[in-house]
Amino acid sequence: MWQGVYEELKDRGFVVITVALDKSAEDARPWIEAAKPAHPSLIDTRHVLADLYGVVNVPTILWIDERGRIVRPNDVAFGADTFRQLTGLDSSIHLAALRAWVRGERPAFAADEVRGQQALPTAADQQARAEFGLGQWLFERGRPDAAARHFERGGALAPHDFTIRRGTMPMRGIDPMGPEFRAMLVEWTQAGKPYYRPLADTAGKN
Amino acid sequence: MFTVIDDGTPHEVDASVDGDRVLLSPAALADLGWELHPEGLCRDGLCVPVPEDAGLEGPRGIDLAAFARVLDRPLALDTEERAAYLGVSAGERARVLGSLVAPDFTLPDLSGRPHRLSDHRGKKALLVAYASW
Repeated sequence: MWQGVYEELKDRGFVVITVALDKSAEDARPWIEAAKPAHPSLIDTRHVLADLYGVVNVPTILWIDERGRIVRPNDVAFGADTFRQLTGLDSSIHLAALRAWVRGERPAFAADEVRGQQALPTAADQQARAEFGLGQWLFERGRPDAAARHFERGGALAPHDFTIRRGTMPMRGIDPMGPEFRAMLVEWTQAGKPYYRPLADTAGKN
Repeated sequence: MFTVIDDGTPHEVDASVDGDRVLLSPAALADLGWELHPEGLCRDGLCVPVPEDAGLEGPRGIDLAAFARVLDRPLALDTEERAAYLGVSAGERARVLGSLVAPDFTLPDLSGRPHRLSDHRGKKALLVAYASW
């Protein structure tokens, strides 16, 4: 999904790094083999990235500058409009901003603007990640029922964290595209909470 | 034995389970990289003071939940499975993210080859978390 913009901009000192928050490399393999990315395409079964960056849903993107500093905090963006009807998000808005930044036509956010848009993890979020970590370890050791207890506890502690609530469904024998997911989504959105939370400048709304 | 997964790294340690409590032996504490001194819980010469009412030490060992509380770290515990996960505190995560220095990580690709974020220093990077679900 991001291979096109990588090819377009890679000669301008730009790299794309994609990270699959899947329960196994095998779950991510069909997507990666279809996309044939020339950029690093990584697998994160233990949600290392999610914990380090406070990622609570997918897709989540960040921009990191040449000095290794975050210049766009967690944002929602797709590389193409494949899911536009479902998400209501126009991929071209973020892609245009990304191109302008990489080409040096427009600066990214200033430090105070980045901080102002960061959603920092709470104690409950980190407790939920510990529950996920224990669940993941138990799952890897062939203890799916014990794992499910911790995944469910994690989801209850951080109900906005869909890397836990939805991301663990395949480890709990639940179809992550099926009726349980749809029921969760309806309940969430009817409570007035958006499933995707793009930053204001890429939300595509005035 | 009991497994304590310390921020992703499992350690098999000597501990006993008493109801919903896990009691670490002094050796288990050392296996986790900590020592108990009059100054507090110490690691690499740095000590975290232990409040008097922390309930850290008892005759049968060091209470794992109290240990996590003293260090301000989240603990997920499963006494039946004899395993616990010691996570990273919200304060520590907020401090690092608020510094805007992108946290470094090493993760494998499909072939198992490790990649490190900081190997791309000097380039602008788009980091994308996605999933098949």
